[in-house]
Amino acid sequence: MDLTYTDEEREFRARLRDWLGKTLPELPAKPSPDDWPGRRAYDAGWQRRLYDAGYAGLHWPVDAGGRGATPTQHLIFLEETERAGAPYVGANFVGLLHAGPTIAAEGTAAQRARWLPPVLRGDEVWCQGFSEPEAGSDLAALRTRAVRDGDDYVITGSKIWTSHAEVADWCELLVRTEPVSEAVPKHRGISWLAMPMDAPGVTVRPLRTLAGSAEFAQVFLDEVRVPVANRVGEENDGWRVTMVTLSFERGTAFVGEVVACRRTLGGLARAAKANGRWDDPVLRRRLGRLYGEFGALWRLTQWNVSEAQASGGVPGVGGSVFKLAYSHARQELYDAAAQVLGADSLALDGEWMLDRLSSLSYTIAAGTSQIQRNIVAERILGLPKGR
Amino acid sequence: MRAVDFRLTQEQGDLRAGVRDLLAGRYGREALRASVEAGGALDRGLWRELGAAGFFALRLPEAAGGVGLGMPEAVLVFEEAGRALLPGPLVATHLAAGVVAGAAEGAAVVTAFDLGGALVTHLGEADAVLGAPSLPAGEPVPSADPLTPLHRVASPPAAAQAAAYRDEGALLTAALQVGSALRTVELAVRHGGEREQFGQPIGAFQAVKHLCAQMLVRAEVARTALYAAAVTADAGEAAGAKLLADEAAVRNARDCLQVHGGMGFTWEADVHLHLKRAWVRAEQWRRAEEAQELLAAELASAAT
Repeated sequence: MDLTYTDEEREFRARLRDWLGKTLPELPAKPSPDDWPGRRAYDAGWQRRLYDAGYAGLHWPVDAGGRGATPTQHLIFLEETERAGAPYVGANFVGLLHAGPTIAAEGTAAQRARWLPPVLRGDEVWCQGFSEPEAGSDLAALRTRAVRDGDDYVITGSKIWTSHAEVADWCELLVRTEPVSEAVPKHRGISWLAMPMDAPGVTVRPLRTLAGSAEFAQVFLDEVRVPVANRVGEENDGWRVTMVTLSFERGTAFVGEVVACRRTLGGLARAAKANGRWDDPVLRRRLGRLYGEFGALWRLTQWNVSEAQASGGVPGVGGSVFKLAYSHARQELYDAAAQVLGADSLALDGEWMLDRLSSLSYTIAAGTSQIQRNIVAERILGLPKGR
Repeated sequence: MRAVDFRLTQEQGDLRAGVRDLLAGRYGREALRASVEAGGALDRGLWRELGAAGFFALRLPEAAGGVGLGMPEAVLVFEEAGRALLPGPLVATHLAAGVVAGAAEGAAVVTAFDLGGALVTHLGEADAVLGAPSLPAGEPVPSADPLTPLHRVASPPAAAQAAAYRDEGALLTAALQVGSALRTVELAVRHGGEREQFGQPIGAFQAVKHLCAQMLVRAEVARTALYAAAVTADAGEAAGAKLLADEAAVRNARDCLQVHGGMGFTWEADVHLHLKRAWVRAEQWRRAEEAQELLAAELASAAT
């Protein structure tokens, strides 16, 4: 156990902090949440600045266009950008955190050269076409069908909960290339494709979340032609390729947010002092407990990262333990916020209620808590699978 | 290359394995149940063996006859003691090494006023009370935990007597709690894999699986907080570790009891021993409210 930083890491942190101090004041004003083209342009502009300064794809391997930084340097990057109040990845989330790492790990040299540089520069936005109306937690039950026709797949079906679909250039799409049969279990006949969102036959219908905004969409696919060359990994091997993506998602995607939650907690303490509720010992202790819990969650991210560093970079099932604890703690944080603010939390002109509403998705998205508990129980604890 | 790294060093891993082996051989299930039947009387021979193995002198400098290791190693050792439900005032005697004669070697049993009131653990067998000039008189009181005898002293001392040892005492107690929390996960998983109902192991039912998964989450978050606090020696992190470890130990024992069904409610199963000891430790050195207040104060000062 060693929680100190090397000289090299400290220097990296200092240079980054310096760059953030100079760069953040130059950023344009944030667009409104409903202005999707504006949000895309804003997120692309931030990514371009990161790219030009050498911070894009920091922890990606060098042969994928990344900087080959250690997981610890990546952690420092996430910690410092969050601390400085830098923009989130936003519309670039899928490209930088799901599709990109998958292509880097599983794609051919030509596929990496085609798709990774535009992601790193912020030029191309990706969305994720995994879930379907009839395939949520049981993702392998997906039905969207891809039939080979010459050098193309012809795809018909629909995808749901697709974030950023309206502004995306590409979709990482899971399709069924082999029908389920007695010889082919459901997770065998799946392939992973890169689908251009402007292909004929793609229709995007925005879905309104309970927060009132259109954060995701249903995507209808009607005989969409996608070149076979856009398949990453072997035909029918898409389930394994996807698991690489999902483990990335659970392993590191929430690191910056833990730091953000600690900052949010500081804001809550200030609000409670200002409105006098800090004097309520029950509320004060509730906030104290959350401060301790988020401190531990920050250490748990460090632990996961140091394990990943030791095992060659692919985050493991420990991500499920983290996601279970974090998603619950985040909801608890915003419940506590409502207790601090009382009736004031009901007004939508502040950020609190929107954040509280969005926190409700955390125990559902990227694998529900129930699915995470199955993973922990079966893969870590070794309990038997049910019949 | 040095970097932020939670993995144990080879030496730390060896130390933990060594203590686990020692306790498995010397304080296995039969010994545990024998001490329950003996009313919680301490085994002085075992106490000396612990002393000889460096349990109490672990953090004393080598020049003072100690092992010369630090808090990260101590929490690993105490975690093992918590797993094994090893009885006795382990934390107080460890803190007394180099302060009270005989403590480092395990020749003396040292308790402390760590419950914050008139009750003192293991006073009947103690040679000294940490920070107290003399051994106070006390009346024996029946104890909820069969392995933690209690005495009530007539005039409780000022809280200051144990205060100097409070941060370290809380952290080492958190280590005992984490060990217990991890052990009850194992007990629940083992029972869930063995016990069959409706034609399959009950651990194949999601209702049971999810209890077990949540137990592991609690234990791992607490363990992370514990190790981090042991390395940084930060008072806030130590308070967080105690708070989370208390919750993990108590709630895991409760869930373990639930997974065990009717067996969990028996004297024969070990689950109640974990639960009762976890209740005792949750009251020792730093209670939940105190830890929460300390953390709230840190939050407030960080937020201004």
